Amino acid sequence: MRGDDVVATSEEHAAIRVSSVAHEFGEEGDARHVRALAETSLEVARGELLALIGPSGCGKSTLLNIMGGLLAPSRGTVQVGAEQVRGPLPRSIAYVFQENALFPWSTVRENVELGMTFQGVPAAEREARARKALQAVGLADFAEHYPGQLSGGMRQRAALARALSLDTGILLMDEPFGALDEQTRMVLGEDLSVLLANERKTIVFVTHSLGEAVFLADRVAVFSARPGTVKQIIAVDEPHPRRPQFMTSAKFHALRDRLYSLLHDEIRKTMEETYGVRR
Amino acid sequence: MSRVVQAGFVLAVLALWYLATEYWGVSGLLLPKPAAVLRELTDVIRTGEFVADLRITLGELAAAFVLSATGGTALGYLVSRSQYWTRTLEPLISAAYAIPIILFLPLYVLFFGLGPASKIALGATISFFPVALSTVAGFGGVERMYTVAARSMGCSGYQLFRWVLLPAALPVILTGLRMGFTVALLSILGAETLSSVSGLGHRIVSLGENMAMARMFAYIVFAVAIAASLNAIVSWLEARGRRA
Repeated sequence: MRGDDVVATSEEHAAIRVSSVAHEFGEEGDARHVRALAETSLEVARGELLALIGPSGCGKSTLLNIMGGLLAPSRGTVQVGAEQVRGPLPRSIAYVFQENALFPWSTVRENVELGMTFQGVPAAEREARARKALQAVGLADFAEHYPGQLSGGMRQRAALARALSLDTGILLMDEPFGALDEQTRMVLGEDLSVLLANERKTIVFVTHSLGEAVFLADRVAVFSARPGTVKQIIAVDEPHPRRPQFMTSAKFHALRDRLYSLLHDEIRKTMEETYGVRR
Repeated sequence: MSRVVQAGFVLAVLALWYLATEYWGVSGLLLPKPAAVLRELTDVIRTGEFVADLRITLGELAAAFVLSATGGTALGYLVSRSQYWTRTLEPLISAAYAIPIILFLPLYVLFFGLGPASKIALGATISFFPVALSTVAGFGGVERMYTVAARSMGCSGYQLFRWVLLPAALPVILTGLRMGFTVALLSILGAETLSSVSGLGHRIVSLGENMAMARMFAYIVFAVAIAASLNAIVSWLEARGRRA
């Protein structure tokens, strides 16, 4: 069961270790210079689900991209297992992006198989793994459809299947349900919780939704306003898979309220900076 | 419904042609009778007289298109790889596209002679620009999300090109190739009528100069039919390529 060993993050258990990472876009003095992420250190335990939540532009997506090696940090290092991250690590890390990351010119099956093609998986094994991943997300009957023929929720299921088929220990998700409507994201969240309870992957996912963070995560890292860093980490002590009833429990609401009060000031700060809104 | 209107339009033109020559007294030197043109056309086809000229025109077109398609896509791809070169060269190529290059025909004839070589060079130059421009636009417009996603899955440089960049850019490039093909055909026929010793365009002009109006019209009809079928074939190939 997940959840028992999530708070303790000893050396050998850490799947991802972020050490004093900071990031800036553009050069100092440049008009477009942005301090995206202030110095941040963080450990993600093996098998845990960590949610990153914070106001817009706080650098949570930037941190995710640095973890995955898609972006080289201005300062600091990231370690995945024993390896220092210097670029994408497709054998250890799979991604689910917000939307439009499926290739529209390929069928769902071809999309799922392409990642394995890149990694030199033989054709027969590709097919078997793609079929299994599509079954796991409930899209077996849509393998030959094109992404344009699917709803937004189904497209995200397909993107999830692509990531699962890569068989990595780590899954990074950048607002995977961000573009979906409330009902769809609730159902997808429940399915994801069931799916991941069986897979025991290490997952970091960025979200804007307080409810989603509490419902899915073992720990929630709350970011401060830009240039952001982790302000506080809150543990959600509840075993997976989580049932819809958890969402109506007092514990869920207490955690959600605590997250909200932590976030409130930061969001207000961001608004004042961005729009000049003051009370 | 639109098919009916289209067919009706063609029939109306033919009817006007018939009425003008049979009843309204338009001189046969300006506009020969449809029946005479049809007679000449069957003769041109039956005797196989057209073969030599058609072979020359099509050969010029094929050579010009191969040159502009390879040159245009290769240069377009290289330019699209760098934002700096795209910013710098794309406006230049656009500006050059707007130059009526047919005006330089005398220079082409001077350099390459009156034969097919000058038509090939001119056709290749003119069709180079739409091909290059659409290739730059095609590769430059690939959504960043696609390349990021592919990179996160560990694609090599070649795999990125083969599985992401090429299929993403293909529809735009195919449109450019079709446009390039069309302008190559137009400019080659045009150049043949202006200064040449062979080809369909040259045949049409020399018949006109010899006052063989009905036969000239027959060749015009023939050339139009060839151009229309080539366009249909190329459009079909484009549509097929988009789906692939």
